[in-house]
Amino acid sequence: MTPAARRWVFLAGAVGLAAFYLFGLSGLPGFGHYPGPYGFIISRVAVPQTNATGVVSAVNFEYRGFDTVGEEFILFAAAAGMAVVLRQLRGEHEGPPVDEAADRDLPPGSEAVRMVALLFTGPIVLIGWWLASHAQANPSGGFQGGVVIATGFVLLYLSGEFRVFKRLSPADVTDAVEAVGAGGFVGTGLVAVALHLPYLQNFLPRGTVPGAVSSSGTIALISFFVGLEVTAAFIIVAGELLRQTLLVRGGER
Amino acid sequence: MQIFPFIIVVWIVAIGLYGIVTSRHLVHQIICLIVVQSSTYVLLLGVGYLNGGTAPYFFDIPLHTRVVDPVVQALALTDVVVEAAVTALLLSFAIQAHKRFGTLDPQELASLRG
Amino acid sequence: MDQLFALAVTVPLAVAAGICAVRPFFDRRRWLLDLAAIVTAASVVVMLAFIMVRVRGGDQVYWFAGFRPSHGVAIGIDFEAGSLSAGLATVGAVLVTAAMTFSWRYFERVATYYHALMLIFLAGMTGFCLTGDIFDLFVWFELMGVAAYALTAYRPEERGPLQGALNFAMSNSIGAYFSLSGIALIYGGSGALNMAQIGAWASRHPSSRLVVVAFLLILAGLLVKAAILPFHFWLADAHAVAPTPVCVLFSGVMVELGLYGIARVYWSMFSGGLGHQQGLSRLLLAVGVATGVVGALFCFRERHLKRLLAFSTISHSGILLAGIGLLTPLGLTGAAVYIIGHALVKGALFLCAGIVLHRLGTVDEVRLHGQGRPLRVTGLVFIVASLGLAGMPPAATFLAEGWFDEAAPGWALAIALACAVVTSGAVLRAGLGVFYGLGDPPFEDPRQAQEAAEETGETETGRHRTPLTMIVPAAMLAGAAIAVGCLGFTGLGTAVQAAAVRFQDQRAYIATVLHGARVSHPVALYPPGPADVSPVAVATGLALAAGSVAFALLTLYRRRLRLPIRRWPRATAIAEGFQSGVINDYVAWLVLGLACLGGLIALIVR
Repeated sequence: MTPAARRWVFLAGAVGLAAFYLFGLSGLPGFGHYPGPYGFIISRVAVPQTNATGVVSAVNFEYRGFDTVGEEFILFAAAAGMAVVLRQLRGEHEGPPVDEAADRDLPPGSEAVRMVALLFTGPIVLIGWWLASHAQANPSGGFQGGVVIATGFVLLYLSGEFRVFKRLSPADVTDAVEAVGAGGFVGTGLVAVALHLPYLQNFLPRGTVPGAVSSSGTIALISFFVGLEVTAAFIIVAGELLRQTLLVRGGER
Repeated sequence: MQIFPFIIVVWIVAIGLYGIVTSRHLVHQIICLIVVQSSTYVLLLGVGYLNGGTAPYFFDIPLHTRVVDPVVQALALTDVVVEAAVTALLLSFAIQAHKRFGTLDPQELASLRG
Repeated sequence: MDQLFALAVTVPLAVAAGICAVRPFFDRRRWLLDLAAIVTAASVVVMLAFIMVRVRGGDQVYWFAGFRPSHGVAIGIDFEAGSLSAGLATVGAVLVTAAMTFSWRYFERVATYYHALMLIFLAGMTGFCLTGDIFDLFVWFELMGVAAYALTAYRPEERGPLQGALNFAMSNSIGAYFSLSGIALIYGGSGALNMAQIGAWASRHPSSRLVVVAFLLILAGLLVKAAILPFHFWLADAHAVAPTPVCVLFSGVMVELGLYGIARVYWSMFSGGLGHQQGLSRLLLAVGVATGVVGALFCFRERHLKRLLAFSTISHSGILLAGIGLLTPLGLTGAAVYIIGHALVKGALFLCAGIVLHRLGTVDEVRLHGQGRPLRVTGLVFIVASLGLAGMPPAATFLAEGWFDEAAPGWALAIALACAVVTSGAVLRAGLGVFYGLGDPPFEDPRQAQEAAEETGETETGRHRTPLTMIVPAAMLAGAAIAVGCLGFTGLGTAVQAAAVRFQDQRAYIATVLHGARVSHPVALYPPGPADVSPVAVATGLALAAGSVAFALLTLYRRRLRLPIRRWPRATAIAEGFQSGVINDYVAWLVLGLACLGGLIALIVR
């Protein structure tokens, strides 16, 4: 189809679809008038039942934990897929890198940028760790914390030390950590099955203080595994993407 | 304005899809896909909002305070991770297209097949 | 015993994670990897078979994390399996086992991730079939999707897989996000994510705007997955270039899962709330038949073996949608049995195509003409499977004919039968031409020649003997199709009809899930006689088979018979304009198609 024809086809469809969609949206109860029972019930029973004051995390890891298993593995499969697609390429092109912009001078790395980036790496990893381990209280959890920790690793690249980034995240280790995270989550549910409970039912004792790490039962454990997996997955993603396009001059960085 | 956030949803979907249909650059198309997917976050979170409700975290508020729906927030979180995964995979395909065939134009890629 | 529900999905996931955790260990011992994957897939088959036996008397519900519903409100996620769901999942698991066995010798070099991705795909399929929660359905849908995108791009050196994977990923992602919008919409109205609860709510608000729009939006992703016109363009691109064992899964069960999803979403959630069954049925019938016709025409034009099979899948998917779209128990029964038969024979056909690629190095029907003579067993399996595709007794597909004959309006039936003749005729033409050298090869087409030439590289070619692990799964799949067909004489029909009636009873579904009630249904549908198989089915099946053979022979011997079959360059150019390979086009058609369907549904239901 010519681009013009395509545009007309699309516009015709878009107008119709938008009208249809708006027609349906107008049947909603209206912004701010959430009607349904699910949210109200969960807000009422989540804290007494799970001892987790962060109700969103309770929903994510307890009430709808099985969805989260699937989502974990979506991330896992995507990282695996990226590895398949990009590593095969990398294995073939092990020859010397081609300088795409040989006529341009490489600007000298700014010492200030390097310094600040390095200084921030540690605190960011710590913050990520704190986020990942407090799913039951804060608007945080394994996913959020994992992404932050992975960002800390990417900061290493930004600070100019790509070789350090490569050395600190070897493919074998990140793959293994990711698999342990994903497998640990699934395994937590399987432990429940082994104890004759429904899959993913909480089997750890719940404490008495709502919102404490040790009182939420399996939520904290699951959040830990999720944090592991997400960290490793995003390090793999960032690493593979960086490796594809980065020029590493021997001895200069 | 009770329907305004939902009009925004339709608008976001429309411009995202328009971007995909008229794009000549794979990375641009993938970003437009992200835009389309973002419309579902707005829809989910808009559907769950409760007038006068606060965040569903009872760490420092009494237990029977009026809170917004926590379930859609969990769904949106799941949604974000799914979108990130699919985007990462698609971007790896795009990188590969550029490396092997020197082009990021979907039309050129199709015509290269013959 | 109940725990099997959870184990069927989580065991493959756990094994996939385990394989990747010790990747260096497995990289050096590939046979161990293959064995682990095959054993896991086989164990899932066994688990699902147990579940099937368990649900024969009535659907079973399994609540995760111990959160049971109270007062008609569900706060956890459930699995709700009936015979149809469990049966479809079992077929999927069987195909995965066959594909993994086939891959053992097919790939000379494979990364660990292939096995992990296949197992994750298996888990996604099983979860999709068994779940009773609409958001959970979306999650498993996306999991299947992501694993499928990665598996399609498995040989990223060639242009083909890359473009196929891109089109596949973008089309299905857009469809999935429309589905998610529909889920958000229905959640905004009903405040529930459990299918039974939503169904109860929708029944209390019949034909409301929300219900109608949410229905179409949720259907969007499933229609894209099921490759229904005009959402079908991605299928030929993707299925043709994915590695052959992966194609087995795609054509055999992934497309059918989209159709199952449509049936499940309609019957569990929307049948009470939408009403207007006549109008909806006619719409689905029309769309399905149109897809069947377009698929058949494109199938006939192709001479790239895998694309030919992919287009025949599109055609059969359309016919199946028409069958499901009749919205009667008999239509659903016919579709269910046809899905089983089609999955098995399509799997066998793709495996044979893989063997041809492995031994002869190409999948181009023109270049392969007569070359397949040394592959005697493969040729036999291919011909048997093609006849099975046509619906010849005793392959399982013929059983469906009887129920379709009874349930479908005459015009739809005639078109469906014609499509079946054309597609199986095309497949038979390929088989007879390649394996027995009959007649003349089809027309030369440089564009298709180039596409077919891209196929080498996925497997080492030129071997002199077909390995057992490759021919045995193909033969077993074809044999299984015949076995299931023979089961038709021993009560399979009655069992499936009972299952279909239960599947379509929304009130019983809601009662079972939300209140744990047990509802029984009287079943005495068709045929009324002592034998379970109607003579109409046998006659139709034989006629179809004969028609396909005749069609194939006519096409092969067209020159000697001086038949005026020519190529039509104008029509061909127009057809190729649609199947352009440019994702922008596909998305434009997707949007237009959704808008038209939306408008029609709104008109029908209002």
